[in-house]
Amino acid sequence: MNKDTSHINPLENEAIYIIREVAAQFEKPVLLFSGGKDSITLVRLAQKAFWPAKIPFPLMHIDTGHNFPETIEFRDRLAKELGVELIVRNVQDSIDAGKVKEESGRYASRNSLQTTTLLDAIEEFKFDACIGGARRDEEKARAKERIFSVRDDFGQWDEKSQRPELFDMLNGDIELGQNVRCFPISNWTELDVWSYIQKEEIEIPSIYFAHKRKTFVRDGMIWSAEDDIVFRDEDEVVEERLVRFRTVGDMSCTAAVLSDAVSIDKVVSEIRDSSISERGARIDDKRSEAAMEKRKQQGYF
Amino acid sequence: MEVLKIATAGSVDDGKSTLIGRILYDTKSLTSDKLEAIEKTSKQKGYDYLDFSLATDGLVAEREQGITIDVAHIYFSTAKKSYIIADTPGHVEYTRNMVTGASTSQAAIILIDARKGVIEQTNRHFFINNLLRVKDVIVAINKMDLVDFSEERYNEIKADFTELMAKRDYQDQNITFIPVSALKGDNVVNESENTPWYSGQTLLEHLEGLDRKDIFNSGTPRFPVQSVIRPKTDDFHDFRGFAGKVYGGELSVGDEVVALPSQTKSKIKEIYAYDKKYETASRRSSVTITLEDEINVSRGDMIVRANELPQIEKQFTAVISWMDSDQLKAGGKYIVQHGVNKVLAKVDKIHHKINPDYSGIDENVEGLGMNDIAKVTFKLNKPIFFDAFKDHRTNGSFILIDTKTNNTVGAGFIQ
Repeated sequence: MNKDTSHINPLENEAIYIIREVAAQFEKPVLLFSGGKDSITLVRLAQKAFWPAKIPFPLMHIDTGHNFPETIEFRDRLAKELGVELIVRNVQDSIDAGKVKEESGRYASRNSLQTTTLLDAIEEFKFDACIGGARRDEEKARAKERIFSVRDDFGQWDEKSQRPELFDMLNGDIELGQNVRCFPISNWTELDVWSYIQKEEIEIPSIYFAHKRKTFVRDGMIWSAEDDIVFRDEDEVVEERLVRFRTVGDMSCTAAVLSDAVSIDKVVSEIRDSSISERGARIDDKRSEAAMEKRKQQGYF
Repeated sequence: MEVLKIATAGSVDDGKSTLIGRILYDTKSLTSDKLEAIEKTSKQKGYDYLDFSLATDGLVAEREQGITIDVAHIYFSTAKKSYIIADTPGHVEYTRNMVTGASTSQAAIILIDARKGVIEQTNRHFFINNLLRVKDVIVAINKMDLVDFSEERYNEIKADFTELMAKRDYQDQNITFIPVSALKGDNVVNESENTPWYSGQTLLEHLEGLDRKDIFNSGTPRFPVQSVIRPKTDDFHDFRGFAGKVYGGELSVGDEVVALPSQTKSKIKEIYAYDKKYETASRRSSVTITLEDEINVSRGDMIVRANELPQIEKQFTAVISWMDSDQLKAGGKYIVQHGVNKVLAKVDKIHHKINPDYSGIDENVEGLGMNDIAKVTFKLNKPIFFDAFKDHRTNGSFILIDTKTNNTVGAGFIQ
């Protein structure tokens, strides 16, 4: 029987409803796929929303060039299995074209550079809706984001004139040139996502599980030293540690946590007991308290 | 496990953000990095206590002004339930946000400052939560520490509020009074030693005790069709499923149904959630339904049980909440979005404005401005299939969309 036996079901029902609304209300939607657990969850929800038909929109990845190789491999395999079109656009191309300038120094990251590449891709393909895996529990400024969030020609978010969202009704009416960011898992928490992955037995990239990795410690956070992507001072000592990642963003701004959670069950119980929020492991939010809100106004996802 | 959505309402400085922060703190829902940030900022501001309001006030503009200006969503869970709190602002000019927050909530917390008692704002907060038919309302009489936890003061406020309750339209709304101090933590999550005269539950105990029947009304099943699924693959060559969410009740395989507007009869053949078949689709589940007969159904149509038809009309009267700075006027044209169905509508008549503080109506109306609430009749270019809002919260509500700006400019509750 399809009864609401766990709290995941109401959230799943809501997300499927939203994804179906996106497909019905927009002409050219796209699912922004990073290879992270949130976008993998979105893909599963989209599969469910349209079964037995295929997902009726492409996946798009904005590749910073600093992604974990495990994530890229996983991304390509998943798209192939689903038989869905995968579009990849590279931040490196935006850098080469002189559209953005690479950051340098200790805290250099390509995370914020993604915005330009994303906006260019939206224009290139004339996407009118981008489905993203953002959740309101991630960060305070996200807590005010709508499920359908209208962006202007420049991808900007005006938090003061957001459309009210009442009951289940989603208003996707827009003018030419505008587009909408759609967030089906807005109301999920990190633990909800993990519990869902566990319950649905969804495959996720291996870096989410504990593994041995060459790392160094800075500002109390653990960074990957497997390659040269994360800037490292000579006096920062590299050591092998048993770690896993809680998010799989750009390698340059995603810190690892010490963990021996080698299975999804162990990850879920670790998250349940954990006392650091997920974004606490992302350096780009820590730059300033208003960091996320500023990036969002500029068109960041 | 249930997900309970709670709206909060209170005036500026009633301590709403502090209350939410307190709940998060006492349920150990604040992570160590968030707690650290709160401690740091509280110290910078020179407070000798933890400013929990910092846990929820998200936008830079808010932090500058020290007020909450939009709806923020806060998440926490206990062993029993998952909670989503919509933190809605208490300003007079932000009625629209309160209506928005209440529309998705099953419970509401109305805060009253024990020193100020029931004020005009309180009337508004109660009016809106009653208009939106939020099932469970908690009146949290806050800052009890500043009135020496006086039972007399508590009873005075309770008596004033009870007077207000006589005027409400939705009489079955469950109302509970709780004396609290959000700042000190009395009766929020933990019982207070300062209120020996109060034998009721703490705020959290009350929320934890809410059952499904305390949260949802029982009603008639309605199935608005979001899309038609036709895979046209070898395995599912003739598959024609109707995707949507079930509202108000359950639908089962074998149910005799009618598709609207065509009024064609059929029976439910299969119910799918993903690739699994079910006998019954429970309320609020997103499913795909197939019918015994090949009938014409498209997006915006509705499948209902044959003996439970809704009203099918090209005109209706509703109480609306206007949310735009441009005025609504008689003769104005808008899009009515009723569920997933959109129709063109014309304002036929503005009957009267309703003062959202129980001070009566205003029959001399030219147009409606931001935050006005009024009784309005609309004419539509084609019929919609609705129930009265009092019988069906989903199928009795709609939003208004401006045809020029595409913005959501109002919400309505069909009478």
